[in-house]
Amino acid sequence: MQEEYREEPRGGRGDRASFLLSTPLIVWTLLFVGATIVYILVLSFLKRDPDGFGVTGEFTLENYARLLDANYAKVFWNTIVLGFKTTILCVLLGYPFGYFMGRASKKWRTILMLLVIVPFWTNALIRVYGWRILLVGNGPINSVLMALGLIEKPLKLLNTSGAMLLGMVYALLPFMILPTYTSVEKMDWSLVDAGRDMGAHPFKVFLTVTLPLTAPGLLTGCVLVFVPSLALFFMADLLGGPSDLVIGNLVNDQLLKSRDWPFAAALSVVLLAITCLIMAVYRRLGGKSSDMAMF
Amino acid sequence: MGENVLLRLSGLEKSFEGTKILRGISLEIQAGEFVTLLGPSGCGKTTTLRIIAGLLEPDAGTVMLDGKDITRLAPEKRDVNTVFQNYALFPHMNVERNISYGLRVRGMKKPEWQKKVAEMLRLVQLEGYEKRMPAQLSGGQRQRVAIARAVVLNPRLLLLDEPLGALDLKLRQQMQQELKDIQKRLGIAFVYITHDQEEALNMSDRIAIMHDGQFEQIGSPEEIYEHPQTRFAAGFIGQTNLIEAKVVEAGADGLTLEYNGVRFPARRADFGAKAGDEVALSLRTERVGFARKPIAECALPGVLKSRHYAGGSMRAIIRLDSGREVLALCQSAERAQGEAGERVFLCWNRDEAPVVR
Repeated sequence: MQEEYREEPRGGRGDRASFLLSTPLIVWTLLFVGATIVYILVLSFLKRDPDGFGVTGEFTLENYARLLDANYAKVFWNTIVLGFKTTILCVLLGYPFGYFMGRASKKWRTILMLLVIVPFWTNALIRVYGWRILLVGNGPINSVLMALGLIEKPLKLLNTSGAMLLGMVYALLPFMILPTYTSVEKMDWSLVDAGRDMGAHPFKVFLTVTLPLTAPGLLTGCVLVFVPSLALFFMADLLGGPSDLVIGNLVNDQLLKSRDWPFAAALSVVLLAITCLIMAVYRRLGGKSSDMAMF
Repeated sequence: MGENVLLRLSGLEKSFEGTKILRGISLEIQAGEFVTLLGPSGCGKTTTLRIIAGLLEPDAGTVMLDGKDITRLAPEKRDVNTVFQNYALFPHMNVERNISYGLRVRGMKKPEWQKKVAEMLRLVQLEGYEKRMPAQLSGGQRQRVAIARAVVLNPRLLLLDEPLGALDLKLRQQMQQELKDIQKRLGIAFVYITHDQEEALNMSDRIAIMHDGQFEQIGSPEEIYEHPQTRFAAGFIGQTNLIEAKVVEAGADGLTLEYNGVRFPARRADFGAKAGDEVALSLRTERVGFARKPIAECALPGVLKSRHYAGGSMRAIIRLDSGREVLALCQSAERAQGEAGERVFLCWNRDEAPVVR
């Protein structure tokens, strides 16, 4: 839907009042978002203290140079590929779900909404452990398949790339469903009537009217799925195989295992840069930051 | 009538969640005819239109277009187009792409549809607006685009759902004329929905007054105005005073009615009233007057409650002896004799007051 751009009156008392009212928010953002980003940015240009956990005050570009190492570059590449796979699967599953939810009767809408939202109230880590129990060698899935005689020995389901992708899609699907649902729900369905009235088949109407008009929701969903997928390190730890790593894992390992804080900071900065790039593309395509707020 | 029937609705019924919206709608529309469905909101006008368009299926009854049963035919396969109530322009397409949508769907090539779009924009006087987005247009302009978009497909029948409802009075009157001109020029039959009686009277060849899922009366504007059949039809068109009366005598030439103990003649009712029937007499405000003595064939005694000059007519309220107050808009001094508080007679000519069910 088109929204009219309205210019707010400038200057005057209203302006000052709204500035005062937003002060706590600005302070909060500067303190907890701005300051930490600056901290990480500074950290990423410092040299690691070889004797301890901390850093020396020396400036260096070495942390960034290390990123060019083939092993790290490969993890970056894998992360992005996995992100794309996750996003595509979420589109294929989430768009139809959001569409039907938006078209369903009020009663069904509530039921479906609960099905999407309720898992959110449970810790993501616990839900991923749930998947581990399902997928493990002697778990229910393998037991059922063997009992049915479809397989002879348990399949290796857990700690595979497939399991990791499954976990990603599972965890991020609601972020696709909800914006899609919102855009479908606020769509003017008389436009679909108009399309058919003018001679277009239902599928043609979907392609020429419904899809373009719900595209903002789809686009928002893609960003909301893709960005977090880059950093879901515990998915790799719990469901993925030994070589299934995302950038988030590198940060986590450098921070907690290797204790190389400057390098972890450099990795984070690159991750942040990728996110900013995606947001820039999103804005360029006409997305609105406010669409990201789902609740 | 008969061989030139374009659309035939017979016995349409439709319920939503147990509520009957249509209770047997039957109507025949000739090619090139302008028919208005007139009624209050919720009477089933839009439901009828959606069934004709194919956007709804009736529970019972049939829709025949050009002699073919299209009751269950998909909307995209019908030679019928609609101008929707809120215009339903595609917000992501400019004027040109909105208008050419139906043509492009049919696989028409760009140079061809561009020619058609230009033709249509000339018809609705929007030349030069090809590249505007709907959000950049005024209500009246959107309306014109919606009409162009429906008419460009050259349908046999155009359905219009309160197309002027969102426009202000002046623009509405101008658009009434333009729509009528377009309809005449293209020779398309119109089924037009409105709840505005004036609009219906101005534009239609025939008006179908709809009430509670049924047609109360179908006829030309004149028939509807001069010969209403029901209390609802009489009350919905124009300004009228409905007087509940009893038939005491039904002759070949006319009726004798009784109201509050006073007897007076009335014209024959088209529905064939007989002695003892409870009927209503429609006294149009502009067709009654008052005087100190009965000055017309029919008169009822009362008291003149008030009279005001109302620009070209005298607006008077007469309280009949029964207590019923009657509004009169008297055009001449001779039909407005008496001062406030005086005893007067409410007078009218027998043939100007129809008897209704």
